Formats: sequence, structure tokens, C-alpha cells
Amino acid sequence: MVTGDVIIAEAMPIYLDHNATTPLDPAVADAIDRAQRELFGNASSVHRFGQQAKAALDDAREQVAALIGARASDLVLTSGGTEADNFAIRGVVEAADAAGRRHVVASAIEHEAVLNTLKALGRRGLAVTLVPVGRDGRVDPAAIADAITPHTALVSVMHANNETGVVQPVAEIAALARARGVPLHTDAVQSAGKIPVDVGALGVDLLSLSGHKFHGPKGTGALWIRRGTALRAILTGGRHERNRRAGTENVPAVVGFGVAAERAARGLEVDAPRLAALRDRLEAAVQVAVEGVHQNGEAPRVPNTSNLSFDRVEAESLLIALDLEGIAVSTGSACSSGTLEPSHVLKAMGLPSARVQSAIRISLGKGTTEAEIDRVATVLPGLVARLRGLGRRTPEPARSVRA
Amino acid sequence: MSATPSAGPTRTVVAMSGGVDSSVAAALLVDAGHDVVGLSMQLYDHREGDERFGGCCTLDDLRDAKRVARRLGIPHYIVNFAPQFEAHVISNFTAEYLAGRTPIPCTRCNSEVKFAALLERAEGLSAPLLATGHYARLTFDAGSGRYRLWRGADRAKDQSYFLFGLTQAQLACASFPVGDLDKRTVRRLAADLELSVAEKPDSHELCFVADGDHAGFIERHTGVRPEPGPVVDTGGRVLGAHGGLHRYTVGQRKGLGLSSPTPLYVIALNPALNTVVVGGRTDLDRHELRASRVNWIAGVAPEGEVAVTARIRHRQAERAARVRTIAPDRVAVCFESPQQAVAPGQAVVFYEGEEVLGGGWIDSADTVTRPT
Repeated sequence: MVTGDVIIAEAMPIYLDHNATTPLDPAVADAIDRAQRELFGNASSVHRFGQQAKAALDDAREQVAALIGARASDLVLTSGGTEADNFAIRGVVEAADAAGRRHVVASAIEHEAVLNTLKALGRRGLAVTLVPVGRDGRVDPAAIADAITPHTALVSVMHANNETGVVQPVAEIAALARARGVPLHTDAVQSAGKIPVDVGALGVDLLSLSGHKFHGPKGTGALWIRRGTALRAILTGGRHERNRRAGTENVPAVVGFGVAAERAARGLEVDAPRLAALRDRLEAAVQVAVEGVHQNGEAPRVPNTSNLSFDRVEAESLLIALDLEGIAVSTGSACSSGTLEPSHVLKAMGLPSARVQSAIRISLGKGTTEAEIDRVATVLPGLVARLRGLGRRTPEPARSVRA
Repeated sequence: MSATPSAGPTRTVVAMSGGVDSSVAAALLVDAGHDVVGLSMQLYDHREGDERFGGCCTLDDLRDAKRVARRLGIPHYIVNFAPQFEAHVISNFTAEYLAGRTPIPCTRCNSEVKFAALLERAEGLSAPLLATGHYARLTFDAGSGRYRLWRGADRAKDQSYFLFGLTQAQLACASFPVGDLDKRTVRRLAADLELSVAEKPDSHELCFVADGDHAGFIERHTGVRPEPGPVVDTGGRVLGAHGGLHRYTVGQRKGLGLSSPTPLYVIALNPALNTVVVGGRTDLDRHELRASRVNWIAGVAPEGEVAVTARIRHRQAERAARVRTIAPDRVAVCFESPQQAVAPGQAVVFYEGEEVLGGGWIDSADTVTRPT
């Protein structure tokens, strides 16, 4: 039986790739728009124009700090999550170099912003230990502790994984790292705005944030730094951000970042359970309608993320087929175009390559409706059936990437 | 909401390389009212090797395809076919060269990747047709129920040589929208549509060997460093040394590193003895060749011996020949006049007038001169 042969995408396109980025909240857009017009001053200037800009910056910093239970003065504003990760790692590694500590421990499922930064530093002599994760997608705190040596300068373990949504035992890891006197960085880009994030409760020393993952503007982010943590600035120049990050602040974007953070904090109690219910509804419907579906990553997960593998389906084909139906999902992290590496996250979980290549990520957002989820649940089985029914002209070779 | 059965236009996938031909192919199909989806194949990993910024031309090709699709208002996706390309094209390419033969990766890519894995992708997207920018023509013969393949209308650009391996099942899903046009018209159409690729130069090089150094590519890719060996004349006399058989092709004159009063050519590569055999121009002459893995477009081999015109390489005028089936998918091809530089690994393609009858892969060539 062929179902869903061609479905005219008469409905509005459905966006289910919120882990890649989120649409700007209209209230955020308004705030940015106002700031663009009214707050052109340089926040470092002494005069009133500068003071106005500085005040807006301070307000926004307070709003962002409130989202993670932090003091505003401990936040350094950055151009995004990637810069925050770079700052945390490069900054700590450089500061620890003098003490002869030239080793970093991280999980194998970190975002490329962490992994490729470590790779770059590795070429300059940094020793790096990447700790694998279990099949459930979770880092084992004991394995992290085992990897720490007297030369370890930093441990970096993300709070929630971008591909599977699995929430990592960061607080446990923090306690173990603390006992060894090693600072812990966590990339909270995928958890902030989705689940409660509290720097005190997590017990970390450095935490990265990104504005556009919770309906704020792109190009905004922050690194929270526990007082007393030794790290060097990586962007040098003027004495911005208390001499920790040079460069004239993008005040309108930061204003938007602040509003987005405030709205995310406020909406959390309502949005999180609603999204979890929608996500679970989708997963249940798909499991009923389609055979051979596997959920990748076990609870606890952030409420908006679902990573599913469909036996005998090329994820890339399913992604395109869904897009042609007006449904936007992804095959993993959004940064993979131009490279052919299969998901390093699913590989690190020890999943067989067939399952890795058949995995799609569906990530919901606060605009996601029940009707949208039901439409996906209706369309998906037909597409999967069609892709599975293809005559095999050529045996698909095992997908491997040459070294 | 339930699935609405579509009575709409035919969905057609266009393989968009980022060049002008496939761009215009897409434009023509859009114009003809097809529901066009552009797919561009990423065939190898672009991160490899080059650390310089802006060094990769092929990523630019993918971007060009995307720009054209945007201009045409059609959806476009880049699909990862690196594993298939490696398995069916690159591995064959390296193995053939290392075995002293001269492969044609483009033909392999058409038969084993484009009209195989990509065609399957098209089916998966509910597209019964896969269009490419090839200069070739296709007709359906209702009487026989078969598809027939013809040379492209533009003789200078004809690419039918690379398509001889397609089966009836593959041809049934194929579409060559620019096959009836000449290149000038294609470029003019592209310019009229303000496609950014209208003036883009034609590609000639092997797409996956960026610097044109195929021998270096083979060594890097396989890790094999072929043994050096002797260069000998037809009498077995050693004239010099070669740096590995993969560096040579039958008919090659340049790069032999020999001084001789008359020009010397590679006339054979002998992997058993690891020798490059050189000789004068007339030593290249061959009257007969054997080919295997023969594909007849009609799907069946003709009875007895057939008179055809045949080409032993792309961009060569066809020559009169007779083809005789000697085993299920093997033929002997006898040329009326001697052919120069028959290179094992290349294809011999048979024509009758404008029509492509089929072809096969050259195994060997005999020096025996037969009366014509």
C-alpha cells in the first residue's frame, strides 16, 4: 500500500528544528528594534548616550543572569555559544599552562564548538581525553573522574546534548571535579530555557549560553564564570566586559538576549511540561504507526527533543521528503553541512552505523502546536513506508568516512 | 488531516552539478510545468587536505547549484553520496590504474551512482524521473516498448559515450532536457534567465582530483606506492625507468623521460612484468579489440555480426567496425582501419547513425591485422 504519495503542503510549514535555532520572540524583536533606533551610544562612553547604552546592557545582563541563578557581574557577554565555549576552554587552558597543567577531559558527545577547540589546542600540545558515553547517551561521572590526572586543567561536559536531548549528570561530575581541584565547564546552550539551569545547584565553574536557542537574537551569548576561576581573555583589545572580552558591545542584540532570557525563565513552568507532552505524544504515535523505530537517548531528556531512528531508511532522504511536505527536522547538529561525518554523538553512544544513518532529530519549540504534531504523525508513516519500499538497485555500501 | 492524492504535475528530480547544463535542464523542466526538486551530490569529503581558506572549488559548485535553484524557485538539497562514490567510482578508478588500465570514472558514476543510488533517492521523493544535464537524447519506441538512446544534438558536446552502460530500467526514469540543444543555446537560455552560471567554464578535469595529478591522488588515497620498473621497447630492450604503471596511459607521449630521434609512445602497460612498453606511432595501431561487460541499450545482443561505427574514447570520431558477440556479455570488435591507442579500461561504444547501440569495457587489443 502506498500512502502519502504526494501530499500538497497546503498548511503552513511546520518548524521542528528548534535545537538548531528558534524564531525570534516578537517581544524580543520589538525590544531590539527600539534599541536599534534609540540606543546607538557606545556603552564605554562617558556621556549620556554611552550611559544609556550601558544601562541597557546592565539590565540585559541582569535578565540573563536571572535565568541561570547567577550574579550579573559574573557574566561575560559573547557573540554566542561557540565563543563562550572557546573562551572557557582556551581561557582556562592558557591560564593553567604556567602551572604545567596541560590536559583537558571532555565527553565524546560535546558540541563541535568544544571538540574542535580541543582538537585545535591538541595540535599545539594539549593532551585531551574524550570520555565515551553509554548507550543511553549519558556520561558516566565515574569515567570522567577516572580520566582526571594531576595535570588536568579543565573538565568540560555539556548540560544537555543537542542531538539526543539527554541531560547529563553535571552536578555529580562537578562534585567529583571539585574534589580533585579541577574546574568544570558546562555548555548549557541546549538546556537553558528548556529546563531549570542554576549555576549554584549545578556546582560548575563555567557555563556557556546562547541567545538564539531560546527565541533571542543570533550573535548573542554569555559565559558565566565563577569568581576566582583562573582564565585569560582570548579576545584582546579595549577594556570591555571588565577587561575579559574586548569589543564594543552589540547593545541592541544584548537587549534582545535579555528579554528572551526573561521570557524563557518566565515561560519555563508552562512550556516544559507542554512540550514534553507533545514530544511524548509524537513518539507514541510514531511507535504505533511505524515498525522498527528506535528512540536514541534515554531519560532524563530536555522536553523538546526527540531523536528517532527508522530501520532501513536513509535519514537524509527522510529529511528531504519531510521538507517537501513542509515539515522541517534535522539529521543531527545543524553544523554538519559540508562535512560527511555521521553523528559523532550517536556513534559515541555505541549505536550501530545503520541506526546512526537512519536517525532524525525532531525538536519542538514554544510555538509548536498539537495540530502540527498530529500532522507530522500522520505524514511520517507514509514517507517511511515509501522509502522502505524502494527497489534496491544497488547495495548501499556501508557508510564509512575515510581517515 | 489526511494525505491528498495528487493529480498535480510530475515531480522530477534534477541532478544539479552547479554547471550550466544541469542548471538549464532544471530551468527547462520548470518551464514545462514539472514539479522540480534539485539534488546536488556531495561526492567526497571537502574537509580533507586543503587547510587554506577558500581553497575548495567543489563546494563553490554546490553553492552555485543552490543559487540557481533559488533563482528558479525550486527546492534544492545537497545529498551525501560519498560512500557510493567511493565504492563504485573512486575504488574502481584507483584499482584500474594500479592494474595498468585507464578507467572512465564518469561512465561509472552515471551507471552506478546517478542512475542507481540517486535514482532511488528520486523514487523515495515520489519523483518518477531523474533529469541530468547530459548532451544525449532519449526516445521511446512504442512498437518495441523500448527506450532508444541517441547522440546529443550538439556534436561537439555529445556525451552519449558516457551513457552506454544504462539499462532499459534506468533509461525509463531518465530525462536529458538539454540533449536537443547546442551549447550556445544552453548558455543563451542561462543568460536570458539570469542564471549566475551562464558564463561558467565547462569542467574537464576529474572532479575528485583537484590538482589534475591523478597519480598523486591514487597514492594518497590508497596508500599504495607502486613499484618503479623498466621502460622497454617492443623487443624488450630496456630504455629507461618508470615511476609506477599508474602514471601511464596507452598512447601517452609526454613524461616518458626518454630521448629518441622519433617520438615514442606508450603502447602497452604490462602489470605482470611491471613494464611500460614504448614504441613508434605505428606500433599503436590496432585492428581488433575485445570488450566485456557489454551493455546493449535495447537490452538484448544483436544476432550475428553487426556493422556499426565505434568510438574508443570520448571526443573521437566513430570509425566503421564490425561487432561479434563471442560470449554472453563479451564482444570482439574489428575495425576497418587501424585504431590508435586502444587503452584497456576505456570503453568502446557502438553507434548506428545517431543512435547509441551499446558498448563495453575494453579488455585487450590485438595487433593482428585482418583484411577488411
